[in-house]
Order: sequence, then C-alpha cells, then structure tokens
Amino acid sequence: MQAALPTRTVPEGQVSPAAAMIRRMTGLFFVHAFLLAGAVFILLPFVWMLVTSIKPPDEVFSAELSFWPDRFYGLENYSFALAAAPVLRFALNGVIVCTGILVVQLLIAIPCAYALAKLQFPGRHLLFILVLLALCIPIQVPALPIYVALAWLGLLNTYFSMMVPFFLSVFGIFLFRQFFRSFPDDIIHAARLDGMSEFEIVWRIVTPSAWPAIAAFSVFSIVAHWNDLYWPLIVISDINLAPPPLGMMYFADAETGSNYGALTAAATVLTAPLVVTFLFARRRFIEGITMTGVK
Amino acid sequence: MSTAAMPFRRQLLWQKLTGAGFALPAFLLLLALHVVPLLVLAALSFTDYELGVVTFEWVGLDNYVQAFSDETFRRSLVNTLYYVAIVLPGSVILSLLVAVLVHQRKRTRSFYEIIYFLPVTSTLIAMATVWQFLLHPSLGVINAALRKLGFGEVPFLSDPDLALPTLAMIGIWQLIGFNMILFLAGLSSIPRDLYEASAIDGVGNGVDRFLTITWPLLGPTTLFVIVTTSITAFKVFDTVAVMTKGGPQGATEVILYAIYLEGFYYFRTAYASVLTLVFLTFVVIFSVIQTFVLDRRTHY
Repeated sequence: MQAALPTRTVPEGQVSPAAAMIRRMTGLFFVHAFLLAGAVFILLPFVWMLVTSIKPPDEVFSAELSFWPDRFYGLENYSFALAAAPVLRFALNGVIVCTGILVVQLLIAIPCAYALAKLQFPGRHLLFILVLLALCIPIQVPALPIYVALAWLGLLNTYFSMMVPFFLSVFGIFLFRQFFRSFPDDIIHAARLDGMSEFEIVWRIVTPSAWPAIAAFSVFSIVAHWNDLYWPLIVISDINLAPPPLGMMYFADAETGSNYGALTAAATVLTAPLVVTFLFARRRFIEGITMTGVK
Repeated sequence: MSTAAMPFRRQLLWQKLTGAGFALPAFLLLLALHVVPLLVLAALSFTDYELGVVTFEWVGLDNYVQAFSDETFRRSLVNTLYYVAIVLPGSVILSLLVAVLVHQRKRTRSFYEIIYFLPVTSTLIAMATVWQFLLHPSLGVINAALRKLGFGEVPFLSDPDLALPTLAMIGIWQLIGFNMILFLAGLSSIPRDLYEASAIDGVGNGVDRFLTITWPLLGPTTLFVIVTTSITAFKVFDTVAVMTKGGPQGATEVILYAIYLEGFYYFRTAYASVLTLVFLTFVVIFSVIQTFVLDRRTHY
C-alpha cells in the first residue's frame, strides 16, 4: 500500500512538466506573434494590391476604411488596364528582352568558362582577373559611355539597346567556371580520344552536367532583367518597347495614374509571372536569387 | 623528336587555339562593355562634353571642382548615406531575428519563408506604386488606420523629414527576405550538437544560447550580409524614381538619381561622368571590404 503509489514530487531546481509546457507555449505564442506581425507588414501591399484591383472607383476614393469590395469591379479594372495601357505588350517586351539577354549570356559565358576552367591558352590569367574586377562594376558605371555610343549609332529605342550591356555576364562566367572545374578531366580526355571536338565536349557533355548552375543562373538573370528600371528608362522612350517596370512607371505617370483600381490591376498583371513561378519553383528560385549574395 | 611528341605538341597548340577562340567573344565584350567605357568615362570627366554637341574642350579638373562644391550633389551623397544608415541596421537586425525564429520552426518554416521572400521576387516598381497608394494622405489604408486610431494624417512622402525614412522602410521591406535566406544558410551550417552540448552545460535559455553559440558562429555571415546590404542600399533608385522624384525639396535626392538626371535628362555628360566616378569609388570600397570578408568566410 505504501509503496504502490509513486509520489509526483518535483525535484528541486527543476520545473514541473506542466510549467515547462506552459512556458513553451507562451514562448511559441510570442514567436508566432512576432513572425505573423512581420508577415502582415510584408503582405500588406500584396493583399491591398489584389483587393484594390477588384474595387470600383467610388470605394477606392471613399475615406472609409473597408477591406472587401461591396461591388465586384475586377473585370472593369483589368480590362481597363489591358486596354488603356498596353500591359500585355509590356509583359511581352519583358519576355523578349529577358530571353534575348539570357540566351546570349549563356552562349558567351559557357564556352569562356569552360576555357578558363579546363583549357590552357595565352591570356587566361589576365582574362580571369578582368572578370573578377568587372564583377564589382554595376551597370550604372558604364551606362553613360554605352549610352553615348548607342546614341551615335542611332540604336536608341531598340530591343538591342535594351539588351546589349548585359550580353556579357561576368557573374555567369565566374559561376560556370567554378562549376566546370569540378567536372572530371578523365571524361573530357575520353571524349577527346573518341574524336569529339572541344565544341561538342562543351555543349554535349559539360553543359548538361551543369544544369543546376544554369537553372539557378537563369532565374537570377531573368529576375534581374524583368525588374530592371534604370537601363530601360535611359534608352527607351517609345512606350511600345517598354519592359514591365518602365511600362508600369509610364502607366502610373499618365492621367490614368489616379485610377488606382486599374493601376493595381496593372501592377498585379506585371508582378504575377515571377511570383507565380516563385511559388512553383521555390527552391530553385531562392537559390538563383541569393546567388547575387555570393557575387 | 619522337613520333608521339608531334601529335602531342599539335594537340597542345590546338587546345590553345580553341581555348582562345572560346574566350574571345567574352573578352571582346569585356573590352567593349567594361574596359573601354571606363576609360571613356575617365576621359570624359576632364572635358566639357555634352551629348548632341559636336565639339568639346579639355577643361582639366573643372568638373571635379564643380561636383565637390555643388550643394545638390553633396546633399544627394548625404541622403544616400542616410538611407544606408537606416536600411542597414533595420534590415540586418530584423532579418536576423526572423531567420533565428524561422530556423527553429518545423511545420511552419516554409510558410514564413515564402511570405518573407515574396518582395524579393516581385517587381519593385509595381510594388512601389502600390506603396505610394497605401501611403496616400487621404486615400491610403495606412493613413485611414492612423485616423481611426486617433492619430492625425501623416504626410509620409510629402514631408521632407519623413520622405527618406519612408523610402528606407520600403527598402527594408524589400530586403528582409533576401537577408533572411542568407542568414538561414548560415544558421544551418552551425552543428546541432553544439546546442545539445550547451544544454548539458546548463545554457538553457534561448537568449543565452543565441549569445554564446549562434551569434559568434554567425559572425562571417553577418559581416557578409552587412556588406551586400550596404551595396544594395547605396544603389537605391527605383523607389525614388517612382515615388518622390527626389522631392520634397530635394529630401530624397540620392546619388544614382543625381547621375540619372545629369547624364540622361539634362545631358550634361561630362559632369555626370564625374558623379559616376564618385559612385564607382564608393562601390569599389564596399567591394574591397566584401572580398576581404569573403576571404575570411572561406577560411573560417
């Protein structure tokens, strides 16, 4: 009888399980409260953008604070945004410019990176030092002379002028070189013995193996140029050539600017492609964008 | 000469030629897009060249003298550094805090990761337009909330004292997610047994654990985040171009916006090239620090 019931006394200096539980729960509560408060701050413009894009003007302009629209006006706003400003045209321009830049970047950076990683040639060290130096020069520095040259050549207001400063990605060269260096030499030697040319080795053997680096680089490149304002703002004045950020700026500046319903509808359409891709390919996306951190 | 040496030599020569051939397009573009423009930029800074004018003259250091005595340019430099001084601590501290808390989550980790990373993926110009609407004195939701809470209307973007801090707040909004990911990468490289060992040693408290283990081991990551954030913040342009255009009363004139106006709006090319060189000097200083930090990180 005496020994049957184990006593549930709490040893000195330790907390009872119940107290520990309560402490843990309050801790969790504060952690989530903090993180959620931050999340609200982060999400505020996104949510408000979506909600406003389906609100009629009188509700947008009313000083009353209301979240959900009384009257659904999404169709009108989105069709206005698509008709009054060539929003789809901006998106198409963005696709053209990003694709053009990425393709040329890959075509030029990959062979160069392979040569730097695996081949002996005169000037190799000089080239690599130049690449490292160029890594820390932002586009705003050569912008002025390149702009003057393009103006002289009469090439302003072309897709070419929007793409040309970015044809060379020193970052791409640097990244691919790192990746190619770890590619086994034996395979390359074997391919040479089989009579493959270096050209074939680059594109048919080494490049496919670098797929993760290429995917991450593509994300990095596309995000950077889809969102770039500075350079298009300089070389493009023809609104039909404007990529998304410039188009958005034009749309906000024009008299349509006070039509917040249509404005947020346009913002939604132009932000959506990247955000949706992000939601579907999250890992690859984060990898690609944070590579700028490695840069 | 042995028979085997010949093909080998030929092979080596061939390799040299292919290597050079592969690197040539990149080399030429490097010259055309970086080296030559830099030289031209330096040369332009000693002239009075303006785009559209056929002739120019060498004017020595006139542009430099003018730039350093120019009130507007000095103000844009001060404003930019002020902006960096707000964004840097704000985004680094907040993102570190968020990263440490998110790192401990298991089921909700990706939920928070997605949300905090969202601004990084979105087009800043579009979101700046939305922010402008949110901050609108009479129509914006933020002022509507402030009115409801009994505070008056706050003219975020039209008050010279508030405009730059407001832009900095948006800068922080955009950077938290990016820095959080860098910190998370740093956190996941800290061995778990260190925390277990510290628990055995009696370091039970979360704050103590942070101070004794996380913070020291995260040092290199933190330095790295500080440098990249400084460079990003120093290059602030988009929000200024969309939301304030340098106003009110020059309160948000920043260095890149000054370069943009001089070089591509007033077409004072020579003068703008001096401003660009000053901008480059700052970026190079940051980059040198970054290389130094990166070195330390790899040796850690």
